[in-house]
Amino acid sequence: MNDLLLEIEDLKTHFFLDDGVVKAVDGVSLQVRRGRTLAIVGESGCGKSIMARSILQIVTPPGKIVGGRICYHRAPGDVVNLLDYQRKSREMRAFRGREAAMIFQEPMAALSPVHTIGSQIVERLRLHSGASRREARALAVEMLHRVGIPHPAQRVDAYPHQLSGGMRQRAMIAMALICRPALLIADEPTTALDVTTQAQILELIRQLQAELGMTVVIITHDLGVVAEIADEVAVMYLGQIVEHGPVDAIFHHPQHPYTRGLLRSIPRIEDVTRARLDAIPGAVPHPYARPGGCPFHTRCRERIIHQLELCTHTAPPLTRVGPLQQARCWLHEPPGDGQRGAGHAAEPALAIIGGQ
Amino acid sequence: MSASHLGTLPKHIQDELAALEREEASERAVATASQWRLMWWRFRKHSLAMVSLGVLATLFLVAIFAEFVAPYNPMAVHATRTYAPPQVIYLIEHGRLTWPFTYGLKSTVEVETMRRVYTLDYSQRIELGLFVRGEPYRLLGVIPTDLRLFGTRDGTQLISVLGSDRLGRDLFSRMVHATRISLSIGLAAVALSLVLGVTLGGISGYFGGRVDMLIQRLIEFIDAIPSLPLWMGLSAAIPLTWPPLWVYFAITLVLSLLGWTGMARVVRGRFLALREEDFVMAARVSGSSERRIIFRHMLPSFVSHIIASLTLTIPGRILGETSLSFLGLGLKEPIISYGVLLQDAQNVRTVATAPWLITPALVVMLIVIAYNFLGDGLRDAADPYA
Amino acid sequence: MTSYIIRRVLYFIPTLLAISLVTFFIIQLPPGDFITSFEARALANGDQADLERAAQLRERYGLDQPWYVQYWRWFTGVLTGDFGYSFQWKQPVSALLGQRMLLTFLLALATTVFVWAVAIPMGIFAAMRKNTLGDYAVSFVGFVGLATPDFLLALVLMWISFFYFDMSVGGLFSPEFENAPWSLARVWDLLGHLWIPVVVIGTNGTAGLIRILRANLLDELHKPYVEAARSRGLTEWRLTAKYPVRVALNPFVSGIGDTLPGLISGATITSIVLSLPTAGPLLLQALLSQDMYLAGSYIFLLSILSVLGVLISDILLAWLDPRIRYQ
Repeated sequence: MNDLLLEIEDLKTHFFLDDGVVKAVDGVSLQVRRGRTLAIVGESGCGKSIMARSILQIVTPPGKIVGGRICYHRAPGDVVNLLDYQRKSREMRAFRGREAAMIFQEPMAALSPVHTIGSQIVERLRLHSGASRREARALAVEMLHRVGIPHPAQRVDAYPHQLSGGMRQRAMIAMALICRPALLIADEPTTALDVTTQAQILELIRQLQAELGMTVVIITHDLGVVAEIADEVAVMYLGQIVEHGPVDAIFHHPQHPYTRGLLRSIPRIEDVTRARLDAIPGAVPHPYARPGGCPFHTRCRERIIHQLELCTHTAPPLTRVGPLQQARCWLHEPPGDGQRGAGHAAEPALAIIGGQ
Repeated sequence: MSASHLGTLPKHIQDELAALEREEASERAVATASQWRLMWWRFRKHSLAMVSLGVLATLFLVAIFAEFVAPYNPMAVHATRTYAPPQVIYLIEHGRLTWPFTYGLKSTVEVETMRRVYTLDYSQRIELGLFVRGEPYRLLGVIPTDLRLFGTRDGTQLISVLGSDRLGRDLFSRMVHATRISLSIGLAAVALSLVLGVTLGGISGYFGGRVDMLIQRLIEFIDAIPSLPLWMGLSAAIPLTWPPLWVYFAITLVLSLLGWTGMARVVRGRFLALREEDFVMAARVSGSSERRIIFRHMLPSFVSHIIASLTLTIPGRILGETSLSFLGLGLKEPIISYGVLLQDAQNVRTVATAPWLITPALVVMLIVIAYNFLGDGLRDAADPYA
Repeated sequence: MTSYIIRRVLYFIPTLLAISLVTFFIIQLPPGDFITSFEARALANGDQADLERAAQLRERYGLDQPWYVQYWRWFTGVLTGDFGYSFQWKQPVSALLGQRMLLTFLLALATTVFVWAVAIPMGIFAAMRKNTLGDYAVSFVGFVGLATPDFLLALVLMWISFFYFDMSVGGLFSPEFENAPWSLARVWDLLGHLWIPVVVIGTNGTAGLIRILRANLLDELHKPYVEAARSRGLTEWRLTAKYPVRVALNPFVSGIGDTLPGLISGATITSIVLSLPTAGPLLLQALLSQDMYLAGSYIFLLSILSVLGVLISDILLAWLDPRIRYQ
């Protein structure tokens, strides 16, 4: 396929801590298509942020990328494996600063409190484009204008604490986009903002994406954000992609029990019955105590318990379940003789853990 | 629920459930463990702090049982042993392990300098022993006894493991007694600072507003002036005619007058933080009196912080006393503190001829380092997120 | 910024008053009326000039008036440069202050520079190489430096140079420059002697600041803005120097203000041990002989010096950290 921008294969990022190894990203494979928006969804601690940081190689010790490939298609036919570059190499820094960009969850924390926003924008531009001080400043002002900051010529000299939360995130976006990157990674860009500002920021990202023709990878745990902005969705659980597909398919025909759980746990305004919210039972397992077999089996309501306890023993592969949709679940990939396990979620197979 | 009810389930699921139950049980233990136990668990992981705790505990034992640990009376003058060097304790003789012994010292007076010069007298083999009989004293000021931790077997010969001072007094015995004064003055000064600091810091943090502003200015002021010249000025005013015990308390007072600000800052900071906490709000909403809120809800929740920061202020007080006494403005004979001992080492020539007179300073350093590590450990244990 | 400086300078006035009150209190502390004992001695010696002077001083300081009158007379005198009279030296105190306070100031300044020059790189090094041998070495040296009393370090250094190099390191000048007028050669001679007290006094503060900077920097190194800077493609050393070091320096600068009083305390005792011609030894002598105007003036000036240092470091901090400036 020619419209690929990023191909991630079997990416593994582990954290080597005193008490053991945390496999934050454990064999992620993913394609990101040019000009599209991919949302990576999962509970906190599922490794989605680490995955995004692995693309830019800004994971620092004790974290380390231990395996896999990240192929970046600079242009059709011009492909590099980013993991061939050293973490601190010139090439990697150039990729990070010019071809990709990242915006962060807490704009206040991600902006240096003692530098003006202008100086932080100019820094990136001058580092990667060789613009003169004056040009860089003019471009910074223009960019601030573009992201909707009023009086950009004055605000360029403001310190982060002088701006509101929404304005800070806009400044952060200006900083990210100043070099017109091909790839924008947004790590929970709206989580720290209030609801009205959230919508504005998402709209801004969408609009700039259209203008600049960027590819966006957005990381979020908020399915509302996903519905609003994403073309495709990848659902992560415990360092793995458990389901991947177009946003409509994921929302309307989720194939993995975890995705179904996530969708069920959204409160719906039309649900007038005051029934309990249907949460996924249990909690994300402790990082050192990864369950064997399918990582989700400890919380799964549809887990197959006959057939030699397949789910608890053997991890399922990622299986095609629709035209563009894949899921990692034994429900869709019966082992060996092609015999199916418990049916298509019609009746949950005996829930043992957590079910009352 | 117990795993046995699920006997029909496959073995590994039973195991898993049992493991889950165990985990829940241990979580419950954590949840119900008192704040102090939790602190102790965290503190134990801090190996340097644990070692320091051991060192300080030992030194406090030495201080309490000073008469027992010291082989001699710290005031006993031995005219023939002025500036006698430390005597080495031998454990090996003719390549074989033996009962510890040392050799006697022969001394001659050098005519030109009028100094005693010492050489080892190999003909005089002095056997050492534990729990030997010595000069009688009262243990803890009550129990009359003459048992000493160690000494020479026959009791008439002398052993000075750290050498002697200019009057031939045994430095080790003097240091043991100095430990008592120096450690206790650190504690006493900090106790006074604690009262001042908690009161003023508490008032400042709890009431806020103008009072807070005023106390903050006072703290800033005290912190901005150099303490040693002021200590010197204050302690110089202590009349020379006062009895030793009065001087001891006066010095304690002087040291703590300037030393309460750190404590006040901690207490104020905690009060300000706690004022906003939900449980204080809950107590207030449920109609607890202000007094009850302070003493029943707020104070207990930061006692651990107070202890940690107290520990970190003690070494400053000890160094303060040592410096003052070293300059001759603090404690004076017959009180023996490390500073008083170091007065003998004021002069480079003395230090050059009797370098062992510096050893009290090494113990001061040990105490200061130990308190610092202990305080660091306590602070980390009190508030792992700070 | 200007309004902040003005506000800060205005704060200085009550501090000045407070220091003068404390100093006056110390001057008054020794029991008895010091002029009386001075008179008694003069009478015993039959020194007519001293008797007259005592009478003058009694009048000048209003010793038969209530304490606040006495305080006011003394304080207004101090403001005009009249610090009182030294009974031991039989000279006006101001004549005894000049050179010594200048050298004290020089010593404090040189020590501050030393502390900065050593603590900043060492602190950064220790934080960036966290939990390596180098970090442990720096931390160990820091702890020992923190625990070593200044006078001990001074003694040990003196002993080493006396014992191994057979030279005396006391004082700030070689004998031939002791009373010489200021010249380039004398300044050079001063620098040659200055380093020992600077190292002695600075060690403690350096150790403290290394710890502060290391801890601050460790807090900052993993902050999101560092990661954000990394994501912009900066080199490691550049992003460290520009962002976390810059932020970690702020509490560090206020730390300088906090260490200055300690530095002056250290300078006092060190200069006594090393017998430097600074304020310390004279202060001790004055206190021991209850020459209270002299002692009080030194305490007053040392306190002012240290408070001024804190003031400067506060202003510097506001200049470095916009968050404070705009409060």
